[in-house]
Amino acid sequence: MNLSKIFIGAFLVNNILLMRFIGLCSFFGVSTSMDTSVGMSAAVVFVTMLATWVCWMLWHALLLPFGLGFLRTAVFILVIAGLVQFVEMFLKKYVRGLYSAMGIYLPLITTNCAILAVTFLNVDYGFNLLQATVYALGVGAGYSLAIILFAAVRERLEDSPISPSFRGYPIAFVGASLISLAFLGFANLFGVSI
Amino acid sequence: MTAQRPSRLRYLTNGIIKENPVLILMIGLCPVLATSTSARDALGMSAAASFVLIFSNVVVSLVRKFVQPSIRIPIFIIIISTFVTIIDYVLQAYQPALYRMLGVFVPLIVVNCIILGRAEAFAYGHGVFDSFLDGLGNALGFTLALVILGSLREFFAVGTIFGKTLTPAWYRSAPMLFTIFPPGAFFIIGILKALAVRLKLGK
Repeated sequence: MNLSKIFIGAFLVNNILLMRFIGLCSFFGVSTSMDTSVGMSAAVVFVTMLATWVCWMLWHALLLPFGLGFLRTAVFILVIAGLVQFVEMFLKKYVRGLYSAMGIYLPLITTNCAILAVTFLNVDYGFNLLQATVYALGVGAGYSLAIILFAAVRERLEDSPISPSFRGYPIAFVGASLISLAFLGFANLFGVSI
Repeated sequence: MTAQRPSRLRYLTNGIIKENPVLILMIGLCPVLATSTSARDALGMSAAASFVLIFSNVVVSLVRKFVQPSIRIPIFIIIISTFVTIIDYVLQAYQPALYRMLGVFVPLIVVNCIILGRAEAFAYGHGVFDSFLDGLGNALGFTLALVILGSLREFFAVGTIFGKTLTPAWYRSAPMLFTIFPPGAFFIIGILKALAVRLKLGK
């Protein structure tokens, strides 16, 4: 598979949030304002890249050669949890600017299924390191696009007259449905199928 | 004993309606929306998640006296991922068609907020039998929500439930195909949530 197809597929056609439903907890949880959405997006892009590299190398250098494939789930989730903790401490000590921008979102990332899903899918699709990197970049970009679009919709919803039963989550789901409908239009873009 | 009975029963029933993880608390949504394209797949996913939820609750409760509070989360994750690996391989061996359909969502059970949430909020502080009841109750609540959503999506998109034809031929010739696609999942769960609010199910 060529790299641009991998990127378009991850970014638009199979958008991780709106088409594959991975990482929805954070999608509804932090999209209540634009600032939190941008901070969370930055954290997701950053950690997805790191996790992709670390897990890809672990899989090809350690788990596969020694026939330990069955440990994949346990190893990947623990690696991500440890990695997030390490990144948080590192940023807190050495890169204060970045830490204040996305520090509080980092702990939330550990249970963000988008990151773990990317590391699993890299293995399932048999990507090499370059393809995996592009895929991770596409997923991160797609996540950011979807969550920032959705935050804009939710800011408008705040001031709209909505029937009491629909206020909050229900109308947010309906809004997500309409955005997802728009993304359905990207199906088969440049020959990338769902 | 008689005084304890109603409270123990409550552990079981809490997760089904009053604190339904999906419809009331709105956690663990990823597999709910992704694997509810038909009632059958919804039931398959529920079974896999229920297995992990019940067993991880019981095991967390069994080992809770030996686990230091500071390292409890990694221990929970190891316990949960053990059961996820078991169900992953069992499905792969005995239900290959279902396994292909559920895809990456089987290993992703490990980060399902419901399972880690019950381990942290309930099993770490309660006895084995109570934790079992709590796990079973939440598993039933999860299954209920997932099967309702799966049935509705299958009904509108194909005109069947569990593959059983329930609509006249004219409907099936031009059904509301949109509900089987991702937008339909968001739309129907939104309506279900509004219904839950209207009927005050969480109160």
